[in-house]
Amino acid sequence: MEFIKPDINIDFVGRRKFAFTLSLVLILIGLAALIWRGSSLYGIDFAGGTVIQLRFSSPTNAAKIKEGLKPIGLDRSAIQHFGGEGENVFLIRTDVSRSKLANLSKELKDNLERLYGENTVTVERVEMVGPKVGKDLRQKALLAIYYALLLIAIYISWRFEQKLMPAAIMAGALVLGVLGLRKVGMGIPMLIVAALVITMVCCWFLKLKYALGAVTALIHDVLITVGAFAIANKEFDLTVVAALLTIIGYSLNDTIIVFDRIRENLRKGKRREFAEVVNASINQTLSRTILTSGTTLAVVTALFILGGGVIHDFAFALLVGVVVGTYSSIFVASPILIAWEARLGSARVRATAKS
Amino acid sequence: MKDLRWRAALVLAVFVVALVYLLPTLGEELPEWWIKFFPDKKINLGLDLQGGMHLVLEVESDKAVENTVERFAQEMKGEMGTAHIRFRLIERQGRDGVRLLLPKEQDWQQVADLLKNKFPLLKVKDRTLVQDQVEVLLRIEESQVSHIKKLAVDQGLETIRNRIDQFGVSEPDIRTQGQNRILIQLPGIKDPQRAIDLIGKTALLEFKLVDEQHSVAEAEKGRVPAGDKIYYSRKVDPVTGQVRRSAYLLKDRTLMTGEYLTNAEVRIDSQYNRPYVALSFDDRGGKLFEKITGENVKKRLAIVLDDNVYSAPVIRDRISGGNAIIEGQFTMDEAKDLAVVLRAGSLPAPVQILEERTVGQSLGRDSIRKGLISMAVGGVLVVIFMVVYYGGSGIIADLALILNIVLIMAALAGFGATLTLPGIAGIILTIGMAVDANVLIFERVREELRLGKTPRAALDTGYSRATWTIVDANVTTLIAAVVLLQFGTGPVKGFAITLSLGIAASMFTAIFGTRLLFDYLLQKRRMKTLSI
Repeated sequence: MEFIKPDINIDFVGRRKFAFTLSLVLILIGLAALIWRGSSLYGIDFAGGTVIQLRFSSPTNAAKIKEGLKPIGLDRSAIQHFGGEGENVFLIRTDVSRSKLANLSKELKDNLERLYGENTVTVERVEMVGPKVGKDLRQKALLAIYYALLLIAIYISWRFEQKLMPAAIMAGALVLGVLGLRKVGMGIPMLIVAALVITMVCCWFLKLKYALGAVTALIHDVLITVGAFAIANKEFDLTVVAALLTIIGYSLNDTIIVFDRIRENLRKGKRREFAEVVNASINQTLSRTILTSGTTLAVVTALFILGGGVIHDFAFALLVGVVVGTYSSIFVASPILIAWEARLGSARVRATAKS
Repeated sequence: MKDLRWRAALVLAVFVVALVYLLPTLGEELPEWWIKFFPDKKINLGLDLQGGMHLVLEVESDKAVENTVERFAQEMKGEMGTAHIRFRLIERQGRDGVRLLLPKEQDWQQVADLLKNKFPLLKVKDRTLVQDQVEVLLRIEESQVSHIKKLAVDQGLETIRNRIDQFGVSEPDIRTQGQNRILIQLPGIKDPQRAIDLIGKTALLEFKLVDEQHSVAEAEKGRVPAGDKIYYSRKVDPVTGQVRRSAYLLKDRTLMTGEYLTNAEVRIDSQYNRPYVALSFDDRGGKLFEKITGENVKKRLAIVLDDNVYSAPVIRDRISGGNAIIEGQFTMDEAKDLAVVLRAGSLPAPVQILEERTVGQSLGRDSIRKGLISMAVGGVLVVIFMVVYYGGSGIIADLALILNIVLIMAALAGFGATLTLPGIAGIILTIGMAVDANVLIFERVREELRLGKTPRAALDTGYSRATWTIVDANVTTLIAAVVLLQFGTGPVKGFAITLSLGIAASMFTAIFGTRLLFDYLLQKRRMKTLSI
């Protein structure tokens, strides 16, 4: 069986202007949502606070629960229905992080049972993160993102051209650059941005066009996924950061396969326009791209629908990331190569084609 | 041919070893001889799957330093008394200092000798003459301070371990984390709140005299007599849950602490059928208690635990024999837990809960069920898809996929790694991504076949061209996984583990394993066409 006919030839690169605009709009909407949500994006892992998951034996609603929380002054907590339709499970989130040994979950249960009756409320889950640990976890998550980016940037700078010099220069510039900035006392979030800027600038001057395309694509993917999170009113926690890093890996995987094909076709040395080669390469790998995204998407969708509330946000991040990652390797990473070539003139392409 | 046999043997061996490691997890009961010779470890389930509690405590180790210094100050008063040196004031200053005021300067040499002999840890930092009196500032050295702090954390850990052991939790994991934190994991715990109460109690037992000369009411208005302090008793009404507090005015000086305790156990008061806690002291404690009670007959002695007054009975007579009781309106559980914490000893410094994550057992079971269902549904979708799309070759890819999952599970059991809910998600993700290797190879083979190559040649080119791409496309995901392994906590680490295992296993199964089957079919079965 075949979905994609071998002689398929869709003009992907011809639609790159439209794709760029679409990406830009999505990123801007996402960023706007991010700014609008502000610190409410942080789950308790990062912001600190308490989440208590309660199961009621009979149907109820947030307003009634709120009533029950009044005596202990928690009626300003966020109360949210959780889990599937017909399940009487609610999440209660407060900023309170009891570091003293106050029996918050017991108090909560007792108070609610006074309203609902004996043995009608079960505490299924309690997560309390104090401010100190919240800060630690924030730091850990940032460090994870930071080191992953650093390693991946160095890897791809070597991967595509496979020349030692540019990769060594890149690695040196990155390490020295971020070490220097760290000495100056720059925080990790700014360091991450700095590392990205250094990577892009290095790619530019060392003429690592493939690496530049790949890095741009992964920034694109992460921005859109994060934006989707903000729009869907979800919260960031450690598992979501894990999902984001996985998406980075996945999206690069896709990009590497398309880029490998482009370079293989260039080596074949047919006298063709660069854009044409790129488009042909995308079409040749299209079948694989769609199949792999398809199977990954199938399992992630299964997880999203059937995996239950605890893993829901994680699956959501993966779902968005896989779709965007596939899109970006076709519509973002490759067109950047073309834009690069167009800027430097087509002379180099012909030279490459001849050799 | 020979080469084929070797490869087949290798794959088979890997499969069998994997099954051996996996069997304990799958089987209910293993026969005796198996346990003797083969691994019998089941896959470790994370707290999010089996239910349980994860706690991070911070030991307020500065308090331990304060307590030590405070004790020094008290002891110093006693020593100065015995040596007949007059002093105006001895008090703790800040966390690690003692301030000393002497009325006469000529006493100083004597004091210096006494300090040197009895309190070698305290060093003189400053000595000034203020209007005929000498003011001396003593301080514990920084290296000693950190030693005391470390000791407090170690002792705290030990005490908590004792308490948990007596409480009865199977396979608790208790260890220090960083400088002053203690990480506690209690799998399968039924009553988390009770465990927290038990772990977190400082359990500092003190005996203090009630000041009956002054009125509590006056003191509560802010006029606390010198050397006194207000303490409260807390009584929880079992019906309404309301807390009643009543105030006691106690002498600040502690006559005795719980350090001499040898045992504490619950007994039932036969008259009112109420539980109480009976204490026994060691020899020194018994004598001290006898002296205290003998000197204070007809006075009230308050029993204070963690700054709460439990009872303040009148001493009727000298009590010898080293026994005492703590009464209060306990429930049976409360009395039991109190006995446990008293037996296990007090914490050298109070602890604070920094992080708590508790998952009920039913939610854990639910998570396992939902995780397995999504895994099954996702897996079946992928398996069916591969067969429909690639025919016979799809079946080969599916076999590789099944081997892959077996390998991940076996590695989890073999390495004693922990499977968490995100870990299950990692396996599910691997199912989707592992077939990518085969998709890449098969697509390449199809292309080669279209160019008119024989199945054998097409397979050769397909595998050799795709392998490099597969390997290093996986490297990027592996980088992410390894970084997560480094920085992740519990559940996320579980994800990183299954993801990296899955990637590693998929290289073996999807490249090496499938190639073996194809070679077998082409060489041994002399298959002419390729179902792909």
